[in-house]
Amino acid sequence: MTEQAKKPKKQTRLHEIWVQLKRNKLAVVSMFVLIALVLVAILAPVLAPYYYDEQNVANKYAPPSAEHLLGTDKLGRDILSRLIYGTRASLTMGIVAVLIGGLIGILIGAISGYYGNWVDNLMMRLLDIYQAIPMFLLCVALAAILGASLRNAIIALGLGIVPGYARIMRASVMTVRETEYIESAKSINCGVFRIITKHIIPNAIGPMIVQLTMGVGSCILSGAALSYIGLGVQPPTPEWGSMISEARAVMRQYPTHAIYPGICIMIAVLACNLLGDGLRDALDPRLKN
Amino acid sequence: MLKYIGKRLLMLIPTMLGIALVVLIIIDLTPGDPARVLLGTNATEEQVEELREELGLNKPFLVRYWEFVKNVCQGNFGSSIMTQRPVFSEMLMRFRYTLVLVVFGTIFSTILGIPIGIYAANHTHTWKDSLAIFLSLICVSMPSFWFALLMIRFFGVKLQWLPISGIEDWKGWILPCVAMALGLMALIARQMRSDMLEVLRQDYITTARSKGLSERKVVYRHALKNAIIPVIMVIGGVFGSSLGGSLITEVIFSIPGLGQYIMTGLNNRDYPVIQSGILIISTLFAIIILIVDVVFALVDPRIRSQYTRRKKNKGGKSDDGTGKEAKKANATA
Amino acid sequence: MAEKLLEIKNLSVEYHSDEDILYAVNNVNLTLEPGETLGLVGETGAGKTTIAKSIMRILPAAQAEITSGEILYRGENLLALKEKEMQKVRGNKIAMIFQDPMTALNPVETVGYQIAEAIKRHNKISRNEAADRAGDMLEMVGIPRERLGEYPHQFSGGMKQRVVIAMALACNPELLLADEPTTALDVTIQAQVLDMMRGLKEKLGTSVILITHDFGVVADFCTAVAVTYAGEIIERGSVDRIFNNPQHPYTQGLFNSLPSLEATSRRLKPIKGLMPDPTALPPGCRFCERCEYATEECAKKAPEIYEVEPGHTVKCFRARRDD
Repeated sequence: MTEQAKKPKKQTRLHEIWVQLKRNKLAVVSMFVLIALVLVAILAPVLAPYYYDEQNVANKYAPPSAEHLLGTDKLGRDILSRLIYGTRASLTMGIVAVLIGGLIGILIGAISGYYGNWVDNLMMRLLDIYQAIPMFLLCVALAAILGASLRNAIIALGLGIVPGYARIMRASVMTVRETEYIESAKSINCGVFRIITKHIIPNAIGPMIVQLTMGVGSCILSGAALSYIGLGVQPPTPEWGSMISEARAVMRQYPTHAIYPGICIMIAVLACNLLGDGLRDALDPRLKN
Repeated sequence: MLKYIGKRLLMLIPTMLGIALVVLIIIDLTPGDPARVLLGTNATEEQVEELREELGLNKPFLVRYWEFVKNVCQGNFGSSIMTQRPVFSEMLMRFRYTLVLVVFGTIFSTILGIPIGIYAANHTHTWKDSLAIFLSLICVSMPSFWFALLMIRFFGVKLQWLPISGIEDWKGWILPCVAMALGLMALIARQMRSDMLEVLRQDYITTARSKGLSERKVVYRHALKNAIIPVIMVIGGVFGSSLGGSLITEVIFSIPGLGQYIMTGLNNRDYPVIQSGILIISTLFAIIILIVDVVFALVDPRIRSQYTRRKKNKGGKSDDGTGKEAKKANATA
Repeated sequence: MAEKLLEIKNLSVEYHSDEDILYAVNNVNLTLEPGETLGLVGETGAGKTTIAKSIMRILPAAQAEITSGEILYRGENLLALKEKEMQKVRGNKIAMIFQDPMTALNPVETVGYQIAEAIKRHNKISRNEAADRAGDMLEMVGIPRERLGEYPHQFSGGMKQRVVIAMALACNPELLLADEPTTALDVTIQAQVLDMMRGLKEKLGTSVILITHDFGVVADFCTAVAVTYAGEIIERGSVDRIFNNPQHPYTQGLFNSLPSLEATSRRLKPIKGLMPDPTALPPGCRFCERCEYATEECAKKAPEIYEVEPGHTVKCFRARRDD
């Protein structure tokens, strides 16, 4: 009780959202799943029973056992350890790509929405053109041309998702811009930069948070797809998508080798989507039914 | 309406010019010397220089851009460096595979996704809705290539019902189309459900009920016709993303479509293939979006009238006439 | 006395939200004679619309629940009808006009279709005949029939409300529920629409329940008044009696808060306070917190309904005759 009362006023909105969010059990569970995944990624060396690249060719394709809970792959590497280490690449791809894309998108959208007129027109036409290229194709092309690596895959994904965020941001800014408190901020001679950063972005950020959360999920998916076709993380570094790709050759004999990483991807993406849904309901209770 | 379509077709030109520019910029970003990459480390300096000249890489960026645009306008999309075959006819040959995949994928996902969404919206607060939401969330969250592999393993290897790759007959198409459609279907179902719920809250639905209409008529005529409008937009997006996504499906099922062609081009740094390939696919996408917008306008009278009003005025009395009559009617009542 | 057209007995309606139960209508009794025009007056949130929607049985099924009561229409309990049978009543015997004409029409169907649909639903006639009748209806509300093929967005607000009225009257209903039909319109258009409704009512012999918060409209249009407060009907009587001899302190307060042309010097006397929170209604009289005559009894016990003169009932202890 007292702790809540002590909280500064600025946090009341966040607190409100949290109260709303807490009601949605699935969203809360998803949030904990995501936190757990991040912890797994950070603590991979502690949690994983083996190093991801520890080979034991003599013991290849071992069935699940006490030493290797999920068995070993073609080089005798422990699959569980590789899954645990794989969390790193997959989450990095999802989160960093969304940060890059979101940041650029928010800036473009905010400027475009705030200034309107020809600035808006020009930016939107440019985005139209950019968006005319199917997103996944653009990511594949960028990743391939920049050269296959985790860093380049992240850049490709980040650049691919910019237009979506820019549009959402622009739409929110345009609605916020018309409201009276922006008028009043202008009337007391607030600088443009200050108005955008202090007034418009915090108020337009609601729908953005939802999209960013879900974006992490879709970037994990696209990132896995890039890795699957060999354009993402390079061996021997484990990544869920590339693990599926490696397991493809032995799909007939050891289907589980492909199933495990797929389930990992699904859990991570599902958690992002559920949390995103929950956040949307928490931000706009009217939508809940 | 025709005028609108014409205007939109004209708008395609700057879009294509823009896409060409973006593609060239992307290629320009390539680290290192493309000619060197193409020839490998064993090539001599002269060979590299020769290739650079041949590819026009020594010319300034804008000149290259201009030549690319000029060639495309003349119907010359260049030839593959690897195979020496013209890109355009090669793509035309592969086009039908991608088209079948994308069209059937979109149709599958639409004809399944829309009813599922409507059904879920009409059964909120029941386990049916929860199940539909849950399954569609799973489908959206699942890597499609992974699910494709599982299907191959199950239907192709274990049950041996369907071929695991290649598309010799119609059976070969089933798994690829399902793999394409699944996630998109879930996407459409989710959109349909939320739009339907939004529309069912509207006043005009209450009006329709208060007329004594059957629930079926209220839902399928009054609500659906309104709720489907945003879904059409999503279907357009789905079509586009399946154009991109077909790439991975083609790789998995070894379908010789556009995606694989571009993929090979990317792996070989076959620049004409990359440039023209992306340009052609993006143009296709732009045309699809155009069609969606037209359909959109046809379904929604509010948008339709924006484009037809002008014609009506030219036709003379109709708009003015009704206006006057309306005033008269107001006065007499 | 002739058969009553409508008789509402002990109607209670609740709305359920995530954590609260909202008591929107509480033990409402209301009768309507054939040909009568009743004004249902009250503040926003007093439960007027909920009563009307209960009669039509078009409350949002997910949240609203009718917890008790009967709604007898010509002696038949509407609440006990099967949905299929109720559909035959809706729009046919009883029709409703909604508050906001801007949102009451389906934007993607022509107005002609929307009117003809109601006609076709309740009459065995061909599509062409239905369209023809729809045209007649449009003309009846003063819109040329050529506009049948137009869409709602091509009409102004007042015209849309005419369309809504045409739609409601299309099957010549015996009872019309008009939920603030003029609130969303400009003042000049309001008068036109009301005039038109009066004309149609007289021509077709329809009974009307007019929901409004505007006493001017009631005086102009109605023969009887029922005043609602916090989900209850607190006073009912003929327009003449209620206007000349209001008994309930709330009704009196409403009249005192109206500006009057004759007595320019008199200050308006607004009613102090707000309507009680419908999720936590007081145990006694709902008005007691705002009532200047409130006694201890008012706070403890809800008053019964007392008849002060024939046909004029009041829910207030002050109307109790101390025999």
